Amino acid sequence: MAGAALEIDRVEAAYGAVKVLKAVSLAVRPGEFVALLGSSGCGKTTLLRAISGFVPVASGRILVDGRDISGLPPDKRDMAMVFQSYALWPHMTAAGNIGYGLKLRGWDRARTAERVGQMLAMLKLDGLGGRMVTQLSGGQRQRVALGRALAVDPRILLLDEPLSNLDARIREDVRHEIKALQNKLGITAIHVTHDREEAMVMADRIVILDAGEIAQVGSPEEVYNRPASTFVASFMGAGNVVRLTARRDGDGLVLGAGQLSNEIRVPAESVAGGAGDQVVAHFRGEAVRLGAPDAGDRGMLVLKGRVAQASYPGGHWRYGVTVGSQHFMVDDPRRLHVGESVGIGLPLDSLHLFAAGADSGPAERV
Amino acid sequence: MTALAWLPRAIVLGLIAFAIFGPLANLALWAAAEQWYFPHKLPVVYGLKFWHQVFKPSSDALASLGTSVVIALLTVAVSLALAVPAGYALARLSLPLRGLIMLAFLLPQAFPSVAVYINVARIFYTLGLNGTIAGVVLVHAVHGLVFAVWIAAAAFAAVDRDLELAARNIGAGALRTFLTVTLPLAAPGIVASAIFVFLESLDEFTGTFFVGVPDVTTLPLLMFTASVAGNYQIAAITALILLVPSVGFMMFVERFLKADVLAKVGA
Repeated sequence: MAGAALEIDRVEAAYGAVKVLKAVSLAVRPGEFVALLGSSGCGKTTLLRAISGFVPVASGRILVDGRDISGLPPDKRDMAMVFQSYALWPHMTAAGNIGYGLKLRGWDRARTAERVGQMLAMLKLDGLGGRMVTQLSGGQRQRVALGRALAVDPRILLLDEPLSNLDARIREDVRHEIKALQNKLGITAIHVTHDREEAMVMADRIVILDAGEIAQVGSPEEVYNRPASTFVASFMGAGNVVRLTARRDGDGLVLGAGQLSNEIRVPAESVAGGAGDQVVAHFRGEAVRLGAPDAGDRGMLVLKGRVAQASYPGGHWRYGVTVGSQHFMVDDPRRLHVGESVGIGLPLDSLHLFAAGADSGPAERV
Repeated sequence: MTALAWLPRAIVLGLIAFAIFGPLANLALWAAAEQWYFPHKLPVVYGLKFWHQVFKPSSDALASLGTSVVIALLTVAVSLALAVPAGYALARLSLPLRGLIMLAFLLPQAFPSVAVYINVARIFYTLGLNGTIAGVVLVHAVHGLVFAVWIAAAAFAAVDRDLELAARNIGAGALRTFLTVTLPLAAPGIVASAIFVFLESLDEFTGTFFVGVPDVTTLPLLMFTASVAGNYQIAAITALILLVPSVGFMMFVERFLKADVLAKVGA
């Protein structure tokens, strides 16, 4: 991609014989906030460390502003990382940590002090510059780590799960603060996380990695509403999976689950991977409407089941519903009782449909 | 029954205290005794006459103390010059046969020291190193290196890798990172190993005896000569002088060395 701030071109990396990254390609626009999302072991951290130069690439190229940097040592790449552990130097003060990179760049004392002061003010750390980092709270350390990275005005900001060591309550605020800061400074950022919501809230674009390969790249809305594979659908929270039979009917398809449901007609192109006679449907527990088992279809697929389990996580009820031999987790605001017959109403736009067999592997794993 | 439950513990603690402080008390008595002979249980005449003798400007004791300190400082310099790079390599690089290399530093301790030093003295004699400060420093350094390297390796291993990566990432070269991040963080461990080597050198007897005598006289050699000649006062006073740095070191270790460094020694 022309004009990309960062371009990753068929990068492969391996630990010994284990291939961790398989021909990953990605282009990041200047000022863009990209989240690398995936479960542990998917290669997201390795990709970040390959970009930063801590992990050598086995093949492929990494380009910054069109310049190949894959052979350069970490200190020549003009990047700055915020580590998961923060990696603040305990023998220095907060100001010392933030100013370290400036000292390396030959800034004089007065200019460094001014810049450090700006950083401290921007990160709401006024008056804490003289403290040793060991005397700071978790949230404050996180800010110092961010300040250290931003102070040198890096070409690319790398964030390695920087929020995972914070309290859940603080984390929500910091998400928005980092995002706002990144927007204000217009800096290009790569953010590694395993937290789906964090990626959705912070990123302009989400890259979902699975076993060292990119499963999907898209805006938060795209990957959420139009998952490209069963893996992405499950990973993005559409964890309920039902196999449906498909029958051609003119230019459409008629889907059903035999005795367990009614039948609905859908456009043939709504099934990713082309329609065979079997279709896998993913749906979110919160996208359904519970009703009577024989409720009219009105464009909804209704699975006939029985409430097997009920809990109240807050705001709505969560039910385990058994349909035939399958089990689904669904949400509904109304109180139902265990043992009640119920129909799981699935509006067409809540169903993520995939051709069975074509991509059934990852679905089984979830 | 329960009233006497403290008794076994008190007896054990008492015995331990006696084992530690008994000899020290004897030392202190001898250092302050001017006359003490059989069958008296305690010194007959107390006084500091021998202290004056030891500390008078022309005494052998002061000269050999000076020699001891010079040798110990040089030994520290030689040991650290080897132990810092070796310790860093052993802690950070994935070396093949790492365990074997660590063990190799222990080798000089594995054989009877007298046999080793007699042969060292023979070789040094042909090299002209016998009876020189340099020869004694080399012998002491070999002896101290095992501790220096092991402790330094532990100190470097205790420095979180991410702290170094953070420095590299923000633009520091490898050497700069080592000097501004790794070394300062490993410093307490390195200082501990330096002190350890210093004390080992200060106390060392066998090697100095075979390689240094008669030209190089250190404090332990003087103490040996004094006690062989029956000058127990001189021997006791020298021993007390040697005790001071050891106690100081114990306090340093207790105060500055963290458990996570100590746990990695030899690992």
